[in-house]
Amino acid sequence: MSGFVQRNPAGTVIMALVVAVVLWAIIAPWPAGMETAFGRKRIFLNAIFNGITLGALYFLVASGFTLIFGLMKNVNLAHGSLYLLGGYIGYEFAEATGMWLLSFVVVFLIVAAVGIALQYLVFRRMEGEDLRQTLVTIGISVVMADIMLWIWGGQSYQILTPDWLSGPVTLPLIAGLRGNGDVVYLTFPAVRIAILVASIALGILMWLALNRTRIGMLIRAGVDDRDMLAASGVKVQVVLVVVFAFGAGLAGIAGIVGGTFQSIVAGEDMRFLLASLVVVIVGGMGSILGAALGAVLIGLAEQLGSVYAPTYSVVLTFLIMALVLAFRPQGLLGR
Amino acid sequence: MALAERPGPSALSIGALGRSGPGWLERIPTSYWVVGVVLLCMPVVANDFILYQILGWTFILGMIALSLMFLGGYGGMVSLAQMSIAALAGYMVAILGSSGVQTISLNWPWWLYIPVAIFIAAVFATMIGALAVRTTGIYTIMITLAIAAAFFYFTRQNYTIFNGYSGFANVVPPELLGVNWRTPIPFYYLALFWAVVSYLAVVYVARSPFGLALQGIRDNPRRMSALGFNVFLHRVAAYTFASVIAAIAGILLVWQNAQISPGTAGLPAVIDILVIAIVGGIKRPIGPFIGALIYVLLRTFSPDVLQVFGLPDDRFKLLIGVGFLAIVYWSPDGVLGLWDRWRARRSRTRDPMASTGGPS
Repeated sequence: MSGFVQRNPAGTVIMALVVAVVLWAIIAPWPAGMETAFGRKRIFLNAIFNGITLGALYFLVASGFTLIFGLMKNVNLAHGSLYLLGGYIGYEFAEATGMWLLSFVVVFLIVAAVGIALQYLVFRRMEGEDLRQTLVTIGISVVMADIMLWIWGGQSYQILTPDWLSGPVTLPLIAGLRGNGDVVYLTFPAVRIAILVASIALGILMWLALNRTRIGMLIRAGVDDRDMLAASGVKVQVVLVVVFAFGAGLAGIAGIVGGTFQSIVAGEDMRFLLASLVVVIVGGMGSILGAALGAVLIGLAEQLGSVYAPTYSVVLTFLIMALVLAFRPQGLLGR
Repeated sequence: MALAERPGPSALSIGALGRSGPGWLERIPTSYWVVGVVLLCMPVVANDFILYQILGWTFILGMIALSLMFLGGYGGMVSLAQMSIAALAGYMVAILGSSGVQTISLNWPWWLYIPVAIFIAAVFATMIGALAVRTTGIYTIMITLAIAAAFFYFTRQNYTIFNGYSGFANVVPPELLGVNWRTPIPFYYLALFWAVVSYLAVVYVARSPFGLALQGIRDNPRRMSALGFNVFLHRVAAYTFASVIAAIAGILLVWQNAQISPGTAGLPAVIDILVIAIVGGIKRPIGPFIGALIYVLLRTFSPDVLQVFGLPDDRFKLLIGVGFLAIVYWSPDGVLGLWDRWRARRSRTRDPMASTGGPS
């Protein structure tokens, strides 16, 4: 951190200024002139919070994707299908039993099992053939998408929020001022706050697991140099299976989350595959922190874009990706 | 390795074709004559549906997949954005030429809007190439897939230029030479002509100094760079060249359907092009056309095929997906690879003394 400040004094000042302006825009009540220029502050705050929540969802999907990529150097283009499968299974389970929290465990186990099957049946047999692995995952995603369309049809499903998480929460943030000077505070759906908190907690746990435990050490070593890790006596195949199962399970859980605060419908698999691709390209392949940063950036860009420039929100996302590729091809936090 | 694919005497030497000695006719192998005569005489035996829907569509999809094959097979860059490039050219024809959406279309004459459409598509592809070649291997697939998806979502959201969800209808070819090019037989010959031109162009470029350098870069970029070749420019130029083929196919596609909408370049369509190229075989320029024929036949007759397996009629994607998986799993070179292996085995069993049973 201090090294970065010493190397880029100008960049640090600019970044500090930007952070200060954004914080001011979030915390302070907006003066009247600003409200006419940018619209209501409530809209801005909602876009920011929706963006961060969407970023949390993207992080759930993309962190597994980036770990698998970093470790195995293969792109699992069926990752979006795992997300969709998790969403459908979570919906069925929650509908049948009414236990929303338990559905996370069940979906994690089922989708992780699918991931293990993929690893054993596909990737292990084609080790080192990157292109072929990628092509096979495309084929699998086509087949899975059609089978899911067959079973669940084209309609959209919404997973019901449990009672204790439904309804709004008032946040200690000023959304605006009434005519008589009363302060209006921002309200936000409780379930989204819960998703946000849970994602941050999960991210911290993953970071701790990666940096403070033995298996995390093995995974990091595998990302850096897999052959060397194998040569020093570690059963790399076991590490691979664990990571693949974990990444797939996370994608499945993200399916429940997505089905709760958006909806589950055929075609979402491609949307989330694309989101993971962009997040991982922006953040840097194989980096968890990069995935978090990229996910928040893309989530914010999508939401702010859809509020302030509806036609061009996709272009904004794409522009971020193009800029990162042009100036830092390895991704913001990639090595 | 692509150089040694087709042994010398049986190869169609376009270089010789250009210089046109009396010997060049004899150098064309028999299979070319057979295929050529069959394709030229097709309208005599085939009905309108086969000419227009099956073969016309095969040529168009084959050309788009051919542009992918050129990048993937000779350049080692599997680009999934080729369908988007084709769709952009189609959109440009609808926007610059005439369509049912009078508020957007500019009604330019055909000799202006066709070159401009191809040019815009080529510029777009060059920009994609400049971005995509900064990374290699699977990263290229990821980036081009992301670009293709962005193009799809952008055309669906943008109403001022691309007319959003509904796209453009009533996009018809100009009535050149008093011929309505949307009738089956003229359209068949039009598509056939451009398919043959693109095929020959790819064969020619693959043997030109540029194509050879590109194949060298595919096999070992560092060595080519050390030899003084500009790796970056060669790769980007490959994108530009491939995009022209894709753009022509895109224009034919919009004429054939008389409409274009975001779904034309949606992600399923993008992946279909990859499936076509891989199933046909990505090592040789004829592969994409074979793949396209298989795809179109399956797509047209899938209800019958599915009934054989006892599945409902609309599970076409399942059929394509399983077929694609089977091909990638057992024959990474596609159908052409199967064919080569079958020939090699046959020539081995027939004549144990023959050392090579290579493809002809």
